[in-house]
Amino acid sequence: MTVERIVSERKDQFPVGMRVLAVDDDPTCLLLLETLLRRCQYHVTTTSQAITALKMLRENKNKFDLVISDVHMPDMDGFKLLELVGLEMDLPVIMLSANGDTKLVMKGITHGACDYLLKPVRIEELKNIWQHVVRRKKFDRKDRNNSDSQDKPHADSGGEAAGIGNADNNVKVNKKRKDQNEDEDEDRDEDGHDNDDPSTQKKPRVVWSVELHRKFVAAVNQLGIDKAVPKRILELMNVEKLTRENVASHLQKFRLYLKRISCVANQQANMVAALGTADSSYLRMGSLNGLGNFHALAGTDQFHNAAFRSFPPSGVLGRLNTPAGLGIRGLPSPGTIPLGHVQNSGHSSNDPSKLQSFIPGNHNANILQGMPMSLELDQLQNNKGVSHIGELPVANSTSVFPVPGSLMDARITGFSNNPILGVTSNSLMLEGSSQQTALHARNLRDGVSAIGFQNGNTLSDFASIDPVSHQLRDSKADLQGQAASINCNAGQIMTRVPQEWNSSIPANGAMIQLDQCLDQNNSIFHRTMDSDSMGPLNFGDPLSIKHSEANNSAMEPSVIGKEGYLMYQSRTQGNHIPDNIGSLEDLASAMMKQDQDNGKPTYGSFGHNSYSHRTCI
Amino acid sequence: MERNPLRRQLQIMRKSLFDQGYLDEQFVQLEELQDDSNPNFVEEVVTLYYRDSARLILNLEQALERKPYNFNKLDAYMHQFKGSSSSIGAKKVKAESTLFREYCKSGNGEGCMRCFQQLKKEYATLRKKLEAYFQLARQAGPMETACRPK
Repeated sequence: MTVERIVSERKDQFPVGMRVLAVDDDPTCLLLLETLLRRCQYHVTTTSQAITALKMLRENKNKFDLVISDVHMPDMDGFKLLELVGLEMDLPVIMLSANGDTKLVMKGITHGACDYLLKPVRIEELKNIWQHVVRRKKFDRKDRNNSDSQDKPHADSGGEAAGIGNADNNVKVNKKRKDQNEDEDEDRDEDGHDNDDPSTQKKPRVVWSVELHRKFVAAVNQLGIDKAVPKRILELMNVEKLTRENVASHLQKFRLYLKRISCVANQQANMVAALGTADSSYLRMGSLNGLGNFHALAGTDQFHNAAFRSFPPSGVLGRLNTPAGLGIRGLPSPGTIPLGHVQNSGHSSNDPSKLQSFIPGNHNANILQGMPMSLELDQLQNNKGVSHIGELPVANSTSVFPVPGSLMDARITGFSNNPILGVTSNSLMLEGSSQQTALHARNLRDGVSAIGFQNGNTLSDFASIDPVSHQLRDSKADLQGQAASINCNAGQIMTRVPQEWNSSIPANGAMIQLDQCLDQNNSIFHRTMDSDSMGPLNFGDPLSIKHSEANNSAMEPSVIGKEGYLMYQSRTQGNHIPDNIGSLEDLASAMMKQDQDNGKPTYGSFGHNSYSHRTCI
Repeated sequence: MERNPLRRQLQIMRKSLFDQGYLDEQFVQLEELQDDSNPNFVEEVVTLYYRDSARLILNLEQALERKPYNFNKLDAYMHQFKGSSSSIGAKKVKAESTLFREYCKSGNGEGCMRCFQQLKKEYATLRKKLEAYFQLARQAGPMETACRPK
């Protein structure tokens, strides 16, 4: 009783009493920070060691609402801590540094920081940090509600191919979940012990460890994204003490994440298009993409339903080839094109060189190149334009190559805009065309990691791409590097990867799920992964891409290096900063290496099989 | 005008620290955090600063004895030092830190050395002044009102 009262009081008075964990090796700064935070009426815990901080956080996930950490620390790099916290605990993390270099700030965002403050910190700045907690919570709920509604159509369409029973169950479950969410939103006070935790759930939070997420992704992969219902996933995963609800909510986030990634891809494509490169290749890509998109549509949850219904392949193609579409797509989507080409020419050998050509020169370019994914966003709908996220100009896309710089830039921007970029890097490979399918199949087998992201949420979904585990590792690094270099032109599409995905997606056997970013744009993006060129998108570490719905327009992809996860964090303020520079570059280089290492396509696009099924539907 | 002569003297001393550029706005932030529940906050922070930064100064000294200079390391130390110094509002010290880092970036060993000597001077001067200031503050007794910027 008392506990409840305290808890509800705390919640009611939020942000008063918000529990902050402050980490800084400098005792002067730490004392100052602590005092400032106390003055803001937060509840403060301090430590001068990152390792201690992690331990505290791991001990009890629900003990803190927010983490503030210095960047330069002796025992652990602040960015590393940031990633780990984001992945494991899904808490908002604010970075602190005396160094306000744009690069560093970008890196912070890339790695998932929800804010970056300069020392000496002023109290005015700290007075508002609670917004990050609220934002994350809100987006989480919003996404969940969206997911619920999306699940319904999903269930409907799934019913065609899958058992009707599942669909029905889904629908019921969805409704139930929606109610629950609503109830939770309204009656948090009654929930009890977890109430003061913004992203509270009724049950103790399940930590989606790397292993767990890997199983999850494998299960979804096996079932096919459109047929992946929580019950079946749960069965396949066969994990004790995991409830169907845990799986369901994780699945929602995952789908949202994929969606967000596609949106990012859209934006990226827009940017790329703006650069206006290689129209011809674009066209080619368009055709490829058209099919791909279709497939992509099929792949993603929301998407495929809509896609199938509303976008017939011809339509997609048509759209792709429209002047507007072309214009936007100015930048060829290397990803799509390459597939075809790659296959024909035995690109694998070519790719590495091509990749190399791109990567080295251009900082930015690396990012994109590193990412094999090429996202094609169907212009659709709401997006500003079809954005093709051309990843790696693969092999024969000579047109793509000529302007590697611009290509890269475009891509980068795309990335920054699209959380999907992060995703694109590895996993996106939707095979549209038969050629692509072949590639995809291979990619899929390689174990594309699932990319999940939440739309507009601070939740972070990550895509773990791991066609080849080792490859991923390399690519991951590259990707990270690349991500970092992505610069959002427009302002930034910054997707912040909400640290929803606690576990990093294991490199192996991760599947990439492309979820369509339905978010505002409702664009269907087609990610084609050119196995050869992209293959390398292996991320050493999962990169989770988080897409913040709030910032559809401004998202910054932040790449968090973790096994195969590309994380994007979206900034609500729509700031610039493309993050992930570091990681993307790394990824790019990793990918390059991988290309060299593996002749064959490295990434399996997830759900290739399922996608193809879908197209047949 | 403070009637208490010690208080008045304290005010004058404080003002001169600001006027002469030893302290900046951040020091005021520290003062604002001082209150009844935290009556010696400013002195605590400054004391902590001098204690901890002594270590950094030592590291810098040692690093500057090894030739050729490892500019990255020097820069890293100075970055830390600068962060601390800016937290207490040590304006001149912070300026020297910034200059030092510039020299590091441009690989100017001579410049680094000269700058460091100057920095140590400023650091020591500030310490003396602040010690005198706190001593006087203790003698003058608790402030009646919260410290306000001049």
